Amino acid sequence: MIPVSWYLVVSVLLLACGLVGLAVRRNFITVLMSVELILNAANLNFVAFARQLGDVAGQVFPVFVITIAAAEAAIGLGIIVQLTRLKSTVALDAVQEMRG
Amino acid sequence: MQFLVTHFAQAVFMLLALFCLGGAVGVVLFRQPVHAALSLLASFLGVAGLFVLAQGEFLAAVQVLVYAGGVMVLFLFVIMFVNVRTVGKEVQYLRPLVPAAVVGALLFSALALTALWALSRRPLQDPSPLAMVEGAMVGNTEAVGWVLYRDYLLPFEVVSVLLLVAMVGAIVLGRKPKEGERP
Repeated sequence: MIPVSWYLVVSVLLLACGLVGLAVRRNFITVLMSVELILNAANLNFVAFARQLGDVAGQVFPVFVITIAAAEAAIGLGIIVQLTRLKSTVALDAVQEMRG
Repeated sequence: MQFLVTHFAQAVFMLLALFCLGGAVGVVLFRQPVHAALSLLASFLGVAGLFVLAQGEFLAAVQVLVYAGGVMVLFLFVIMFVNVRTVGKEVQYLRPLVPAAVVGALLFSALALTALWALSRRPLQDPSPLAMVEGAMVGNTEAVGWVLYRDYLLPFEVVSVLLLVAMVGAIVLGRKPKEGERP
């Protein structure tokens, strides 16, 4: 039997990786991948606690999270396609039009 | 050997955790987006394995189908669409890499310590069996289906509308602008 704290540690590590990637990477595509990592960490927590508390509802919410992740990936990649058309780059530093 | 037999689930968990965390680190570190995407695929498959270990068989299948299948193909397609050769030469990391890594490490330790402290204060009871629908033991997929379509029908419909909106938005974003139209 695997204790729930192991799952929490793995999930926190995934979240930390995702957040560092979100902050450090300057490439739009890898930033989107980091967001997927963060959502995966949340899913892992949901499933771990569904197991712990014996409630299947904890396995229903990841379905919604996965749906939203797919929607976000589709929109984000659409924006990337437009960005490469407009500026022929995927570097986030190139997008500074709305800078104050 | 006896240790491995008695702690088989733990050993598999460690292996899968290593798999998915190694993938996650690779996403942050690899310069080339293709390498990062394949690393992310490893991470997704590791998470799917962890779902199986936590009795989430249906979710593991969804994870493999939607993430490793759909989202990953989308990412790879866009990476191929965008010219990768020019991408590799651009600035890939924020300049103050060390402060960012320190902040990430601090965040991780704060969250992990909080979780472990809370668990040590009030240990959780033994996990109760999953996959119960009105007292009868059923398969995981059936149990998830019951809860999804009975208790969470409205969120399900809302999320399907959201998916439709996202699909239309992606199509509108992806099309070429017409003559004389601002992109």
